[in-house]
Formats: sequence, C-alpha cells, structure tokens
Amino acid sequence: MATAEIEAPVDALEAFRAHAREWLGAHFPPSLKGKDNAMSAVEGPHENTPEEAAWQQAMGEKGWGVPTWPKEYGGGGLSRDEARVLQEEMARIGAWNPIGGMGVMMFGPTLLEYGSEEQKREHIPAIAKGIVRWCQGYSEPGAGSDLASLQAFAEDRGDHYVVNGQKTWTSGGQWADKCFMLVRTDKTRKHEGITFLLCDMDTPGVEVKPIRLISGSSPFCETFFTDVKVPKANRVGEEGQGWTIGKRLLQHERSSLSGGGSTAGRMFSGAPLGQLAKKYVGVDEQGRIADADLRSRIVRHEMDLRAFMLTLRRASAEAKSNQGPSAATSIMKNVGARIMQERSELLIEIRGLAGLGWEGEGFEEEALKDVRTWLFGKAVSIYGGSTEIQNNVIAKRILGMLDHQ
Amino acid sequence: MAVLTEEQTMLRDMAREWADNESPVTAYRKMRDAAPAEYYDAAAWRAQAEMGWAGILIPEAQGGAGMGYLSLGLVLEQLGRNLAATPLAATAAATSALLLGGSEAQQVEWLPRIAAGDVVAALAVDEGPRFAPDKIATTVEGGKLSGTKEFVAEGDSAQLFVVAATDGLYLVAGDEGVTRSPRKLTDARSHAQLRFDGAPAGKLEGGADLLTQVTDRATAALCAEMLGMAEAAFAQTNDYLKTRVQFGQVLASFQALQHRMAKMFTELELMRSVVEGALEAIDSGRANVSHEVSLAKAVAGETLHLVSRETIQLHGGIGMTDEHDAGFTLKRARVLEAMWGNAAWHRERFARLCGY
Ligand SMILES: Cc1cc2nc3c(=O)[nH]c(=O)nc-3n(C[C@H](O)[C@H](O)[C@H](O)COP(=O)(O)OP(=O)(O)OC[C@H]3O[C@@H](n4cnc5c(N)ncnc54)[C@H](O)[C@@H]3O)c2cc1C
Repeated sequence: MATAEIEAPVDALEAFRAHAREWLGAHFPPSLKGKDNAMSAVEGPHENTPEEAAWQQAMGEKGWGVPTWPKEYGGGGLSRDEARVLQEEMARIGAWNPIGGMGVMMFGPTLLEYGSEEQKREHIPAIAKGIVRWCQGYSEPGAGSDLASLQAFAEDRGDHYVVNGQKTWTSGGQWADKCFMLVRTDKTRKHEGITFLLCDMDTPGVEVKPIRLISGSSPFCETFFTDVKVPKANRVGEEGQGWTIGKRLLQHERSSLSGGGSTAGRMFSGAPLGQLAKKYVGVDEQGRIADADLRSRIVRHEMDLRAFMLTLRRASAEAKSNQGPSAATSIMKNVGARIMQERSELLIEIRGLAGLGWEGEGFEEEALKDVRTWLFGKAVSIYGGSTEIQNNVIAKRILGMLDHQ
Repeated sequence: MAVLTEEQTMLRDMAREWADNESPVTAYRKMRDAAPAEYYDAAAWRAQAEMGWAGILIPEAQGGAGMGYLSLGLVLEQLGRNLAATPLAATAAATSALLLGGSEAQQVEWLPRIAAGDVVAALAVDEGPRFAPDKIATTVEGGKLSGTKEFVAEGDSAQLFVVAATDGLYLVAGDEGVTRSPRKLTDARSHAQLRFDGAPAGKLEGGADLLTQVTDRATAALCAEMLGMAEAAFAQTNDYLKTRVQFGQVLASFQALQHRMAKMFTELELMRSVVEGALEAIDSGRANVSHEVSLAKAVAGETLHLVSRETIQLHGGIGMTDEHDAGFTLKRARVLEAMWGNAAWHRERFARLCGY
C-alpha cells in the first residue's frame, strides 16, 4: 500500500499542498492558533511576542504574506490556486496571516502596476515582510466622497515638490512610516490636476493629530503638511496622472474591504449566531430558538451571508476565466458592509443588555469585543467609497443611468 | 401631536427650553467624561425636581402635580432630545408601582419625598440581560427579599427599589442586605447589578398584573425618551445635509438622500402617534394598555434603530468620531431598544394579545 501511494502520479497542486502543510507545521507556533485579532488594524500595533515576531519573520521571508506577488519583489510568486491551497492549509491549523495593512491591501498592488522599477524594488519587499507601514492620504475636510476636489497642493521646485495642506481620517497615520497621497499639482483642472506622491511620515512639516472614534479607539488622524519636501523620485506615474492611479488603488481597497480580502472577511468569524441565540434566548419544546422573530431574522442573515460567499466565489471564477473583473464585483463592497453590520446588530440584540457592555466587570470578553466591532463597523459603509457613492457608480457606470441635473 | 391642554403645552415648552439651555448634549458629554458615581447629572436632577417633574405622576395631595403619563412623556421627550442624563424615567417607573399598588402608609412615606426630588427610585425586574418578566426567581420569606437583579437603571444610586419577586412587587429601601455592582454599558448611564440578601421588603398590593401594569408604564415612558432622541437625531441630520457640500452641491440636493430623509420623516410621524397613543391609553385608563404599549415599543425600537444608523451614515466620517454627538444616539438607542422588551418581544406579545 505504502509504495503504491508514493508511486501514484502526484498532481502539482497536491505537491504544493504537501509542501505548504509541512512548512506551516514547522513554522506556525500552535500557541498562536486563532490568536489573530480582526481589530488589530484599528487598535494599532502592539508589541509582538517572540512567537509572533518569529511567525511574521518566517512568513515575510517566505513571501507568503502576499502569496501572489512576484517573487523578485519578495512575494510568494504563487498562482491563485496555490494561494487558495495555502489559505486552506492555514485555516486547517488555525494559522493566520501576520502581514497586512494598507501596503498589502492597496498600495502594493497599485505600485506593482504603476510604479517604476526602482520604486518597486524600494517599497514592495518591505511591505511583503511587513516591516514598513503605509497610510492613505486621500481625504480632506472638504473632499470625502468628492475626492477629486482635494486641495492639498504640491508646488514644483525642480527636483522636489513642496506640499502644503491638510488630510483627514488618515487611518493609522500616527503609526505609519510612509504615506501614499493624492495632491493637487494644477489648480485649473479638477481630475487632471492630481498627482500621486509618496511621503515619509518623519519628513519635517508632517504632523498628525489622532481623532477618537465612537468605538473608543483613536485609529486615525488629522494630518497636516506644512512646507513638506517630497523628492520627485517619490512621484508615482506622471504629474497629473494621480486620479487614474488613485482610483485603481480604490478598486483594490474596495475588493479587500468586501470580504474577499482580509479585514471585513475576518469580521464574519466568531460563534454561529444560532448557537449564541439558543444560549441567550433559550429554546422551545422542539429545540428551536425560542424567539421566532429573532430566529427568522438570523436565518435571513445566514442566507444572505451564504449568497454573498457564493457570489464572491462566482466573481472570482468569472474574473479568472474572462481575465477581468466580473460585473458582480461592483456590488460586493456594499453587500459585504451590509451583512457585516447586520451581523453585529444581531450579536448585540441576542445578548440583550449583556451585549452592550463598554468596559469593566460583568461582561464576557467576546461580548465587549463585539460591541467595539459593532461601533467601528459603522465605518465600513462610509470609507473606501460609501454605500451611496458605490450605488452611484453602479447606476452610472454599469447600468448606464444618467447624472442628475 | 396629541391634543394638549394649556397646562401640558406650557409644560412641554418649558421642558424644551430648559433642556436646550440648561441640559444640552454637552452636559451629557461632561457627565460621561467625569463619570460620577451615580451616572447622572445631579445638579440637573435637582433643577428638574424643583420644576416639579419628579412629581408629575404624583397627586397634589402628596406633593406632586398629578398630571399623568402624557405629561411625563412630554418632558421625557424633551430630555431625550438632548440625551439628558436624568433618573426621571426610572423614578417615574418606580412611582407607578407605588401609585398602583402602594398602601396608604407606603404612599405617604415615599411619594412626597420622590416629588421633592429627595429620593431616586428604580424598578428592578430582570434577572438576566434580556427582558423576561415570566422568569423571576427572587423570593421573599418573612419580609426578607433575596435574589439578583441585572442591569437595573439608576441602580447605582437609587434609595428606593421596587423589586419583582415570584409573588409580586416589593419595596426595598436603603442598603441593608443590598450589594450594588456597577455595569458600564455603552451609553455611560447607570445600569447596576443588585444582589439582595435578606433585604427588608414591604409588599405592594397586586401580583403578576401589577408587574405588567408597571412595566407597561415604564415602557411607555421610555418610548417618549426614544421619540425625543429620534427626532433630534433626524433634525440634526437634516440640518447637516443642507450645509455639507460635495461635488459642488449641498448633500440635500441629492435625490437618493432626499428620499431617505422623507422615509425617516414618515416613520417618525408614525412613531409619534403610537408613543402618544400609549401614554394617552394609560391616562384614560383604557383596558388595552398592553396592546398600545407593545405597539409603541415595537415601532419606537425600529424607528430609532433606523434613525440612529442613518444619522451616522449620512454624516459620513464626522459621524464616526467621538467628538460628534451621533455616536451617543447610536449607543443609547440600543440600550433603550433592549430595555423592557425589544421590538421582537413586543411584536410577539402584540400577536398574543390579538389572539394570533
Ligand atoms: C474609520 C474611517 C477610516 C478612514 N480612513 C481613511 C484613510 O485612511 N485615508 C483616507 O484618505 N480617508 C479615510 N477615510 C475617509 C473616508 O474615505 C471618507 O469618510 C469617505 O470618503 C466619505 O467622505 P466624508 O466623510 O467626507 O462624507 P461625505 O462625502 O460628506 O458624505 C456624507 C454622506 O453623504 C453621502 N453622499 C455624498 N455624496 C453623495 C452623492 N453624490 N449621492 C448620494 N449620497 C452622497 C455619503 O455617502 C455619506 O452618507 C476614513 C473614514 C473612516 C470613517
């Protein structure tokens, strides 16, 4: 028997699976099983334990934190199928990806597409290893949904720009090493006057002021730029091409936020709602959740979630076979946001007042976490293009409907 | 708007003016940041008592104004508009129990002090995190009450408790045999756990019926506060949309948002009717109070839920910040939605009362 198995032709993907399994077995410390924190992006970096540091280093060196990025820049160089297998193998043992953040979710993929060779060599490997943190300098007090009306101005000074202006809602600004930003280089043209720049956060003249959120954390900042010198070598693409590049980055942001990617996807994890409801609400004689109204809403939610997951799968299959995004991708951010928020609301409702704890004695740790996730989760339908803006895009670009006059 | 007497109109206008001037949301914020042991604004409560609000339900003979539930609701609505941190609703709920089931001696002992604002009272029913008046294990033997009550609003500071036991409602005064543990909820108000261990207790007349009558009154009062919160959040959102400019236009010019606001406005009109309907049903002593209360709480819960979510969403990033008031409404809304039965609980009871 044993010889027969060895001699059987081994499919390449299965060989990869065996390799992944073995490598993960050797490098993922079982003590970290399930220790991933969906809110870490919001709560800011913490001091890594030696195990966490070793795990991050191992994944960083292997390139598997960004499995499909090219090997030459520190990525894993895996095919989509191999990346899927890797994910399955990680899930099997409760392993998680220690490499994330805006560099991975949006900046890296955009730079791979639009950056110069020098820029890719400079920035991508550090993102792949998780050793440089990026933040997004897009929004301004007067430019949120209407991003193209941004005012931060970069003045051409020959070999460098001098940037003045204010950004806001800069997530992780206080922890970031670098910022990718949209600035205005031409005041006479709206979209064509925008340029994409990279700025070190420790450049003189960059100042951040953290803002507290309704969830209690302060994960984002007002960011002020006063006579900040940015070398021209830090411009991605041509001057005036920033809107095209910036929008491409937003597509990456949206798809990673829709749940296909990291953050939102992880927010769906946790105890099944049905089990939790049985615990808190009790069951009737037939073992069903005692509250029929709640029961039907939980079921509706679970069905929505399944429909969403199946659509993610279909969209990814279609994208692969057409070599382009599927029409379904346009709806995913909105559906993902809605489902995530509904899930949070149900978690709160099921636990009654025990689901609304803020701090201190008398609450389960899980419940306190769910409260913060619920509050922070209200942002998912606002950032990265709000639900309304997404709907406008769907109506105009996909359905061909007209602008309102 | 319900048809108000001249007296009620005056009361409402005065309450509105007072709440806007003396107890704006900044006062709530100050209370939250200072986190006093009682989790309410003590100076504001004193002022409210001086204006006679603590005694709105209490007959004149006992030092009150004897104005009834619609009047109480008018005041709570105005306070809700500004998220005032006040023990008025909790005290009124406990007062209801005294009025409906108290002996002459009990009434004489407590009502004048409540009316004067010297006593904060609280109603303690639930023994778990969800409203379940049919699951009470607290017992009384030889005048001593024992059991645990969860999430008692104003439980941190109340001097008088109306406590539900297996055989009816009891008064527990003072701290003998009572252990209080604060529970910090998202709304930064008082919700203490209370452990009674042989606390001296005096019985109120009436059994399960009294409990229903009292929780119905507590619920109707809460609905009035919810109405005020929803109205204020809606008005604030409406104002914001008229000033915030994006794409070279005020947000209020986008039809997608106009229709959302129109829908909320519609829901709010329905909410006002059912909330006032419940309060009036109590005042006029109608037999179907429970029907009306369940209708009110179910609609109020759904509408405030909708409005509190939309307030954040339509404000965009600024609504997510602690500095803005939108989050306060969202957090307090969920607490009030859960208290005295959420929308699902009241829909279920409504169905039962209709014989479905
Ligand atoms: C938690 C959080 C993190 C963020 N992180 C970052 C970051 O790291 N970097 C960064 O640059 N930005 C970040 N943002 C900003 C985010 O992208 C903006 O908040 C978002 O684009 C909305 O802009 P706004 O807040 O100005 O809202 P507004 O644009 O003022 O919108 C207010 C409301 O009006 C609606 N609306 C606007 N225009 C229309 C229209 N034409 N039709 C219909 N409805 C409309 C919106 O959908 C919204 O509901 C973050 C925001 C949050 C909340």
